[in-house]
Amino acid sequence: MAFYDGVFNALGLRDWCDAGGDGGPLTMAELLAQANNTDVEEASFWNMPFPSLDNLNDACASFGRSRDMTDAVENGFLAIKGALKAVLDPITQPLSWALDGSMALFEATPWYILISLMMALAYYASRSWKIVGMVAATFLFMAFIDHYLAAVQTLSIIFVCTTVSVLIGVPVGILMSKNDTTQRFAVPVLDMLQTLPTFVYLVPLIYLFSVTESKLYGIAIILYAVVPIIRLTDLGIRLVDQDVVEAADAFGMSSRQKLLGVEIPLALPNIMAGLNQTIMMSLAMVVIASLVSAPGLGVLVLSGIRSLELGVGLVSGFCIVLLAIMLDRVSKAALERVNVSHKR
Amino acid sequence: MSDPKISIRNLYKIFGDAPEDALTHVKNGMGKPELLEKHGHVLGLQDINVDMQAGEITVIMGLSGSGKSTLIRHLNRLIEPTDGEVVVNGEDVLAYDEDQLRGLRRNIMSMVFQKFALLPHKTVLQNTSMSAGIRGENVAEAEKRNRGWLDRVGLAGYEDHYPHQLSGGMQQRVGIARALGSDSEIMLMDEAFSALDPLIRTDMQDLLLELQKELHKTIVFITHDLDEALKLADHLVILKDGRVVQQGDPQHILLNPSDPYIEEFVSDINCARVLRCCSVMTRNDGNPEADGVIDVNDNLESVITLSGGDTSKTYQVNEDGAPVGTLAMKDLMVWLVPRVASGEVKPDA
Repeated sequence: MAFYDGVFNALGLRDWCDAGGDGGPLTMAELLAQANNTDVEEASFWNMPFPSLDNLNDACASFGRSRDMTDAVENGFLAIKGALKAVLDPITQPLSWALDGSMALFEATPWYILISLMMALAYYASRSWKIVGMVAATFLFMAFIDHYLAAVQTLSIIFVCTTVSVLIGVPVGILMSKNDTTQRFAVPVLDMLQTLPTFVYLVPLIYLFSVTESKLYGIAIILYAVVPIIRLTDLGIRLVDQDVVEAADAFGMSSRQKLLGVEIPLALPNIMAGLNQTIMMSLAMVVIASLVSAPGLGVLVLSGIRSLELGVGLVSGFCIVLLAIMLDRVSKAALERVNVSHKR
Repeated sequence: MSDPKISIRNLYKIFGDAPEDALTHVKNGMGKPELLEKHGHVLGLQDINVDMQAGEITVIMGLSGSGKSTLIRHLNRLIEPTDGEVVVNGEDVLAYDEDQLRGLRRNIMSMVFQKFALLPHKTVLQNTSMSAGIRGENVAEAEKRNRGWLDRVGLAGYEDHYPHQLSGGMQQRVGIARALGSDSEIMLMDEAFSALDPLIRTDMQDLLLELQKELHKTIVFITHDLDEALKLADHLVILKDGRVVQQGDPQHILLNPSDPYIEEFVSDINCARVLRCCSVMTRNDGNPEADGVIDVNDNLESVITLSGGDTSKTYQVNEDGAPVGTLAMKDLMVWLVPRVASGEVKPDA
């Protein structure tokens, strides 16, 4: 005798309820109750259960159980999966190629050439020998403790994902800054991407794409890392000095000239700050993405956890920290350089 | 007089959600406070009619909130009017489409801003060549030409500096060089010198007058400072609450303020420095027994200096070397009596 029986009887819905069959399999609670041979406690007004799906189902089989609801969500997703995959698969295929190609290239380049290139890149971005020295030291240390390959794989993934994030994020940010309606719709989506626990959107991605495809982790990383660059591009362009924009109008700039010649250059410090955040977030995500077969340092951390090898986990974790510091310093130095030439 | 370069006719600007409806109220005689209270619309400009002659400096003066910055932005349509006409070189600017308007802004009008509004990521020289870049001309050639303008405004040697490395006065010189570098016939100057300190402001006014003597541009100058207005203006327009209260020759306005509002302004300024002999002299064939000779364009201050404060002297006033009148120091003093304090009505000039 369930608590809400009386309610349905009083409403004259008993027939409708009984037509709903005898419900699905036993729930865990019911199973335990049976096993312990204790009847479900007689309900009084004091311990009235919340009229949830499961409790209503006890009284009236026509109500679905919460289990049925999650089933419905799953079936709904599976129903559109085919169509979604047909659209998304070809669109995202280039991402797989880029990730695989870049990975092959990074791995195939001899270590001395790659480290030199990284140092040259660091110098170009920062114009600071101190930072170049730090980059060299980081790489040489990681190579010395045999973590070079994993670090390079991680770096390759970050490189591709950051590039794609910029290519998507900057135009989207510009669009948002130009149009309040776009901004109103985009902000909740960005909020959701940023707050949704990363594991949650890994689940539908696994359904959509095969775990063997590199775009699976690529998409997961980009969805997470693209947010800051979009936000800061939007903010940067909105913060551009309106007096300068007015001057650009007064001298007859077209909107394209204004965007390329005034708004983007003046928003550059903010866009660069967004780039720094995007790099850091892809690094954070690349470790989690090792759960869905992303290679690199994350795999070592994961194996450390799985086989309880404290040393392996800690050392590779330390390498991730080193990589993070290196990427952060180089991109911050580049930001600093942009900032100096923008001072007023 | 020839056709005006810029002619503003029956211009109205009303800020709000339904300016068209508010316009009918205004045309039926509703005032600014009433419009705000009853319909929530702000009356920006009301029935403005101003003609600006080619080669002259037209100064639009008014206190903050009088609509002067709004007015100047109607000339190149940075602000769209609610009703009226703006005719430049005989063409109605308000009928222009996007392309024509851009052409006007690129080729015919340039603008100098109160807050300079230079491009912070470009050097001084690149800033002055901004307009050539916008038009799609050869920038290197323009830069060669614009070194001359930078030299002319006193910034030789600063070509490769960035705006943030310069002081306010120097930044505004760049602003002027940028406007000159666009080679436009009309220069709009929106409170161009208001952000500068008084000494530098005087320098900049002198620079502008000097350049104008040579270039004869049509300049529209906005200011809230009557001294500055009187110094620069060939034609003075005084705005209050979005209406023109008086316009005309600045000396004439100074001597015949038509409104208590203007009188209040005028009482605050140094008349001796602004009034010129031609405005106060007695017209005749000169006086051979005069104590000296002065020019029509001398201001009264210089005459007082010349006389050493002796009010018994009389001077002959010459124009281009020929005598056109006389000025007695005794009469001169009458013009300098503070107006509001005395309450006297002056004789007509």
